[in-house]
Amino acid sequence: MAESRPMLEVRNLKKYFKTKRGLLHAVDDVSFRIEPGKTLGLVGESGCGKSTAGRTILRLLEPTAGQVFFEGADIAALSAAQMRQKRREMQIIFQDPFASLDPRMTVSQIIEEPMRLHKLFPSAQERQRRTLELMDTVGLARRLFNTYPHELDGGRRQRIGIARALALEPRFIVCDEPVSALDVSIQAQILNLMKELQRQLDLTYLFITHDLSVVYHFSDDIAVMYLGKLIEKAPADRLFANPMHPYTQALLSAIPKPSLDARGERILMRGEITSPIAPKAVCRFAGRCPHVSQRCESREPQLMEAEPNHFVSCFLCGQ
Amino acid sequence: MNTQKQDMALEIEDLSVEYRTGGGIVRALNSLELSIKRGTALGLVGETGAGKTTAGLAILRLIPHPGVITGGSIRLHGADLLEKTEKQMRSVRGKEVSMIFQDPMTSLNPVRTVEEQIAEAIRQHEKAGRAEALGRAREMLEMVGIPAVRGREYPHQFSGGMKQRVVIAIALSCTPQLLIADEPTTALDVTIQAQVLEMMKELRRKYRMSMLMITHDLGIVADICDEVSIIYAGHVVEHGTLEDVYRNPLHPYTVGLFNSLPNMADRTAKLKPIKGLMPDPSDLPPGCAFCPRCDRAADVCRTRQPPRVHRNAEHYVCCHLYEDKPFQEVSKDG
Repeated sequence: MAESRPMLEVRNLKKYFKTKRGLLHAVDDVSFRIEPGKTLGLVGESGCGKSTAGRTILRLLEPTAGQVFFEGADIAALSAAQMRQKRREMQIIFQDPFASLDPRMTVSQIIEEPMRLHKLFPSAQERQRRTLELMDTVGLARRLFNTYPHELDGGRRQRIGIARALALEPRFIVCDEPVSALDVSIQAQILNLMKELQRQLDLTYLFITHDLSVVYHFSDDIAVMYLGKLIEKAPADRLFANPMHPYTQALLSAIPKPSLDARGERILMRGEITSPIAPKAVCRFAGRCPHVSQRCESREPQLMEAEPNHFVSCFLCGQ
Repeated sequence: MNTQKQDMALEIEDLSVEYRTGGGIVRALNSLELSIKRGTALGLVGETGAGKTTAGLAILRLIPHPGVITGGSIRLHGADLLEKTEKQMRSVRGKEVSMIFQDPMTSLNPVRTVEEQIAEAIRQHEKAGRAEALGRAREMLEMVGIPAVRGREYPHQFSGGMKQRVVIAIALSCTPQLLIADEPTTALDVTIQAQVLEMMKELRRKYRMSMLMITHDLGIVADICDEVSIIYAGHVVEHGTLEDVYRNPLHPYTVGLFNSLPNMADRTAKLKPIKGLMPDPSDLPPGCAFCPRCDRAADVCRTRQPPRVHRNAEHYVCCHLYEDKPFQEVSKDG
């Protein structure tokens, strides 16, 4: 499957944080690749390390170890100045459209700022023309040019965040829970917009979310994280049709389905997520797993190809 | 006494609430109608700003300043809550009606142990000694799935899901007849949400409680409720049993809500969002509040408020589309 060069390849990425109680393994040896123009959905519950992974890939956080190849070049090795240049091509959209926009800047100033910082357009007129163009692209009325974010609703604020991310004509965007703060009717508007932009501008997305129905709709491939580890990865349809890891199975069965026909048995997991601080070299899901056996608590399973293109890290799946 | 009335846990009629602010009058609830049969669960579904939480607070008469109830009635097992004195209301809250809020992190007192907080709720309403109340508090903890020994811990030692269980234990400590749950699982992860929902279903069966489940999630309603009311701009636009509303949604807003959700049967199906935004509650349109976003709006929708039309004894919709039309015809071409 390695015929084309991936847009992004992450190899053995680690991000540890020092805490008083020991090393916190937020991202622990994660590898994946995203082909150009595709979307990889990265899912998991709070604290699984998915946002940290997204930020470490863009080097908004410095990786503890591992490599990140962007179109074949290792960006973890770039100097700060080189990385700044690289970020023109790699952007991020944040979850909270309230907290990620400077309240003292107008809509146009926010969208324009990256162009100013990167000295993309020398003249103010040109920048303004481009800003208006971007506002059209993301569906923001031109009359909002001089308004402030607080005057706008969540959906429009997220459109500003998207326009800002597009200002430098990136090819890769990390979308960190971009619709989680929005109502469903608005969420659908933004998801459609992002899909449309992907098609028009040939964008590659890393789509980080806890919402499984959204990620299913939006992604070509899905990777599931649990306590810093990637535990399962497969094409979206395959993952939903045949989840192999017990955690993925429980996660999928836990989605409340808005239908009277789809009420399946729910797999209830015991207990709650354990601590990612100084984890032992065993399966991190063992404590909650309904199928746990002795080997799960003595060794750590590896992510292996259990079926073509379907990777699982579980002793039950052919290790 | 009317036998039909006796079967109702809660009846809200024509309830209006406004917030009188310097910037104008915000009409949060506009002739709201809600009813819950004894022992059943009603889902109140709507988006941010639709008035869901205001409705819950109005039942407890806890609308914050500058909000005022301007009209209507709220009957709890037949007794009008709007006619009670503040002192009488204090014995209603927690004893007859309890409310659980979205964020368990902010509903607990950080400097008191968990069991003390449950015991406090018990002693508020019942003549129980300190030791007896603490004993019952520990029983409540076990009931919501927390080992009683952990009662001596403080809220910060608990995870989000456990805190929400504590909040539920407090709400249920005096076995209220009506439980109002305002987005009780929104702050929780999906696997923890599943645990809490299972527990709530179990407790509801055990205590034969009536419940008002306030949520934006049609999946949660399908899981836990018997009937559903769809609220838009402070008004119920459609109501019915789950069968009615999930199989035959009538209001264009209800249909829009379902269409906005990703289709789990077909990954590539394009989402059909509702265009535009919720109207400003301080400047509601004169006709149907949904009209500016509705693809099927006609002239009459802009000028006249839609009537309530019944499809059957339970299922009704407030929409001009169904005026003077037999329902079979309408639902077929819809």
